[in-house]
Amino acid sequence: METTFYIAGAVAVIATILVIMSYNLIHALLYLVVSFLAVAVVFFTLGATFMAALEVIIYAGAIVVLIIFVIMMLNLTYEDVQQERSWMKPSVWIGPSILSFVLLAELVYMVVATEAPQTTGAAIDAKAVGLALYGPYMLGVQLCGILLMAGIVGAYHLGRQKKKVVHRFLERSAAS
Amino acid sequence: MSNIPMEAGLLLAGILFMLGMVSVMIRRNIIFMLISVEIMLNAAGLAFIVAGSHWAQPDGQIMFIFILTMAAAEVSVGLALILQIYHQLKTLDSDAANFMKG
Repeated sequence: METTFYIAGAVAVIATILVIMSYNLIHALLYLVVSFLAVAVVFFTLGATFMAALEVIIYAGAIVVLIIFVIMMLNLTYEDVQQERSWMKPSVWIGPSILSFVLLAELVYMVVATEAPQTTGAAIDAKAVGLALYGPYMLGVQLCGILLMAGIVGAYHLGRQKKKVVHRFLERSAAS
Repeated sequence: MSNIPMEAGLLLAGILFMLGMVSVMIRRNIIFMLISVEIMLNAAGLAFIVAGSHWAQPDGQIMFIFILTMAAAEVSVGLALILQIYHQLKTLDSDAANFMKG
């Protein structure tokens, strides 16, 4: 199990690096699917099997497909890939990378330096999650429902195209 | 089941979060920025799962479910905003949208 964890973690990191380095949106999204599947394997090795299934279904299934649908609606061409390539100059990415790497080094130092209490992690099945979800976390579930409802209404309201209403006397001048 | 040290899981979550943060900062394409936010949310969920597995409590997985719900709602609203920006400005450049025209 331990070897599986490390291999899946390495795959996740490499796929994420390829996501942030690729110029084509569709290629980036395909690498993103690989990254999410690797993280799902990590969840499985950690004993969170139900969360692994949710990761595959919702992240790798629903969210990525939603982004692909929007990219298909945008009708991007090869010029957009070229423009993306011209935006990614070394002077653009080298400063944020160095700063973030310094922060990551500090995080690594803090995680390694502190002594974590050793306990044996056991697998938590979906039954325990469901009992806790509909017990102490009932209010959170209802708030999530409200959030999803607000998301649906907001997406519909924002995504609607306003129709131009022109009087018929003005139609000819508006068309020309 | 898991003899994996907690440090390894937390470091993996930290590395993924760092990669997403770098991508948010260096990209100008607004869809790439949305994808990077998804990467960062996923890394945060991974940290919760690692902690929940370490202490053998279901709370970490419940937090992951909440993060998942939030990510789904966020990506739908964000994509609707991207469509509006693309119809108004005819570009995906996020620098083109930094002026308000009223």
